Amino acid sequence: MSWILSLPLIIPFATAIAAFALRDRAAGRWISVAGSAMLLGTAALLMARAMRHGVIAAQMGGWPAPFGITLVADLLSAAMVGITAIIALAVSIYALADIGGRLERLGYHALFNLLIGGVNGAFLTGDLFNLYVWFEVMLIASFGLLILGGRKEQIDGGVKYVTLNLISTVLFLSGIGLLYGMTGTLNMADLSRAVETVENHGLLSVVAMMFMVAFGVKAALFPLFFWLPAAYHTPAFSVSAVFAGLLTKVGVYALIRMFTLVFDHDTGLTHTILLWVAGLTMITGVLGAAAQSDIRKILSFHIVSQIGYMVLGLALLSPLALAGAVFYLIHHIAVKANLFLIAGVAQRLTGHTELARIGGLYKSAPLLAVLFLIPAFSLAGFPPLSGFWAKYILVKAALDIEGWLIAGLALLVGLLTIYSMTKIWAQAFWAPHPEGIAPALSRIAPGARAALLLPVAGLAGLTVLIGLMPQPLLALAEAAAAQLLDPTPYVAAVLGGAP
Amino acid sequence: MEALLALTVGALVAAAIYLMLARSLLRFLFGLVLISNAANLLIFTAGRLTGGAPPLIAEGAEVPAGAVANALPQALILTAIVIGFGLFAFALVLVLRAHAALGTLDSDEMRVAEPRKRAAP
Repeated sequence: MSWILSLPLIIPFATAIAAFALRDRAAGRWISVAGSAMLLGTAALLMARAMRHGVIAAQMGGWPAPFGITLVADLLSAAMVGITAIIALAVSIYALADIGGRLERLGYHALFNLLIGGVNGAFLTGDLFNLYVWFEVMLIASFGLLILGGRKEQIDGGVKYVTLNLISTVLFLSGIGLLYGMTGTLNMADLSRAVETVENHGLLSVVAMMFMVAFGVKAALFPLFFWLPAAYHTPAFSVSAVFAGLLTKVGVYALIRMFTLVFDHDTGLTHTILLWVAGLTMITGVLGAAAQSDIRKILSFHIVSQIGYMVLGLALLSPLALAGAVFYLIHHIAVKANLFLIAGVAQRLTGHTELARIGGLYKSAPLLAVLFLIPAFSLAGFPPLSGFWAKYILVKAALDIEGWLIAGLALLVGLLTIYSMTKIWAQAFWAPHPEGIAPALSRIAPGARAALLLPVAGLAGLTVLIGLMPQPLLALAEAAAAQLLDPTPYVAAVLGGAP
Repeated sequence: MEALLALTVGALVAAAIYLMLARSLLRFLFGLVLISNAANLLIFTAGRLTGGAPPLIAEGAEVPAGAVANALPQALILTAIVIGFGLFAFALVLVLRAHAALGTLDSDEMRVAEPRKRAAP
């Protein structure tokens, strides 16, 4: 059974090596597409296994847990690997047209697959120190992607991204050291039992805070998100899309994992802080977006705002709220990556992403306008799109425990999201182009057009599909939430039911 | 011994934070080196200090005789040092590039990606 858990790691790394060897040829980019397609197949198999057998685990190198490194997939991990594979495939097709020969020779495809491998590793590992290593794999690949090409803005954004993320890394590492000192183990399932024997709850809470800050930087929570809007609008559109879709969500995943499995000793403290942080993240993100006038900057601030919703689900810690968080994660990754991909097409047609300098897309490219409306409305939470259900579940979970304030805030932020989306719509799509250009899709060569629009249409289709048939994903999210709230099967799968 | 190392870690972190609060990126990087080493030392101390024998098992035996040093924190630190070195090398080159491209190391002056809003004409 171990191959199904290690393949989502082996495939991207093998693809990265092959793509690096062939970076001077056109074959390199097709290898990236083929690797992503294989990853999607593997992820589907993993999902099927996880649904049939519950939590599956494999001990790497034959060392029994908790001494060796364990790979483990519960429904949340499997679902995250699945959506990662979908985004990897969409972005690698988009990159066929978006990434030019210069970036390819610099090793774009190798770095991209390295990043996907790191993300999958973070989702699948069951060992805390191993999680740190995967974070670093992800980080170094993202550093490379962010500054690839070396334009001034990229270097400038890169400095802020790199420095703040390195601080978070040091905090994470210190937290691991202290937790190990207290419990004597690094295996997450073993930790879940070992923290119960720790008598000094105050010290445990301090370590929990270190993890919260470290993952909070990665997830771009208030007040630690400043690196994100400084950097995400600078690299190539493919890179922006994959960052926007996946990177912050790894931070959210790590928060959910650690604050359900390990740090549940004093939820009155930790999850109350998370609740405040979630509310402030939602509102500052959406207000920051309202002040921006560049498509990618608006979308970057909206990532921050949406992260707040997911953390809200974790903070409320009821079965429904956690299911909402999982649902939101999946929906958001597809929608957000798609919006950045659309911003790329819009930039190609009109020449810019600064709203004042573009326009006319609705008249001359109606197809793109429809494709934009789907994820934009979904982000704001219009029925019957995926975002409506995600918000509905979270608001209902908040109302169930009589959190009137936070429920109201979530609805208000949804309203303000519409404001930003309307701004993009009015300026980029409705208003005529200031230089009188008619930005029709036919301005792009047919081959490139297909490569750009296929992933956009596919992800929009996914959004509509989830919106019209939310039941399968909702059932999956509820089952994943149940596994998160009762870690007994997770612990048993990893440690083999040993006492 | 633990107290001494704890104080050392504290002093390193304090010096690192002082350096990292500076606007010069080079000072920030020096702070980063100090704080990563402080983290490594922290793991080492948290893994219990035993002034004992190396963790070697005699031939034929299943377990080591008597108290031996804990090898795991050392393995963790070794990994962390290697990763930290790689990241630091990247950050150093990035700062060098930033100096070449932007002409400054003052983080307040780096406004290319996020320009200040101009006053309305």
